[in-house]
Amino acid sequence: MESNVSEHGGQRIPSAIKILIAGGFGAGKTTLVGSVSEIAPLSTEEVMTEASMGVDDLAGVEAKTTTTVALDFGRITINDDLVLYLFGTPGQKRFWFMWEELALGALGAVVLADTRRLDTCFPAVDFFERHQLPFVVAVNCFDGADRYTEDEVQQALSLGADVPVLLCDARVRESGKAVLEALVRHVADRMATPV
Amino acid sequence: MADQQEPGLEGAADDPLVRPYVIAQGRERGNAVQLDMISVVIAARADVDEMALEPEQVRILELCGRPQSVAEVSAHLDIPVAVVKVLLGDLISRGYALARAPYTQQSPVSRDILQAVLDGIQRL
Repeated sequence: MESNVSEHGGQRIPSAIKILIAGGFGAGKTTLVGSVSEIAPLSTEEVMTEASMGVDDLAGVEAKTTTTVALDFGRITINDDLVLYLFGTPGQKRFWFMWEELALGALGAVVLADTRRLDTCFPAVDFFERHQLPFVVAVNCFDGADRYTEDEVQQALSLGADVPVLLCDARVRESGKAVLEALVRHVADRMATPV
Repeated sequence: MADQQEPGLEGAADDPLVRPYVIAQGRERGNAVQLDMISVVIAARADVDEMALEPEQVRILELCGRPQSVAEVSAHLDIPVAVVKVLLGDLISRGYALARAPYTQQSPVSRDILQAVLDGIQRL
């Protein structure tokens, strides 16, 4: 069993909590992680063996492929006893099996939407709705991209009225903070214990 | 996002994708210790018999002089998460390291925790 000792030689071992940053490829996930993280985003690799899916199968030939999935993450020290990790979720569909582990125990999620390719965040929205994980949608306002209002995005994504939608600039720390704050308040609302 | 290339069929002897599994001695799980990607670990003893440990375990203990998550250990040492879990599981079961479990759905967050997270974000 994992030790629950939280005090060691006068040094506390903090507990950790995580928030997921999801969205399509290129939506700015790592940028958002980097703008609020106290460390430069780190990347960890998970080596996966997965059965290949039909198509190029050769009968009788080894039907497994090895794939490296990179996860980018950042860290925010909340206090001596608590550390918040922000994990960018791998965007490609074939890595969805990883989302299950990532979502387990997560406080909530940010779905970063790119208005040039709004459909790329549908899978993330579906996933979090299905898993009943609280999420907010943050529309990353790229330079020169079409600007939409929050309401337009809410309708385009068929979001529940209670799902917060914000416009943001993932490169800017204050903007990233506002997104995370909106998520934490939304989690609190869902628990019916207003912060 | 890093390259998603598959390793070559004839990987070099020092292929980083292969070697970690060798040092983990083929085990998939570290004994009974269940570690999460964000379990926080810390080195527990000053008297480390380095000869009794894998070199990678010694590096892990050096890194864990301060609390680190499994994911951070993996990233800093460039060892896949699954392998770090095995090596750390072994260290924990032998008393060389301690771990603290993360908040999970089995221990739902309290209002106090949410307030602390909110305060922490606002202080950034």
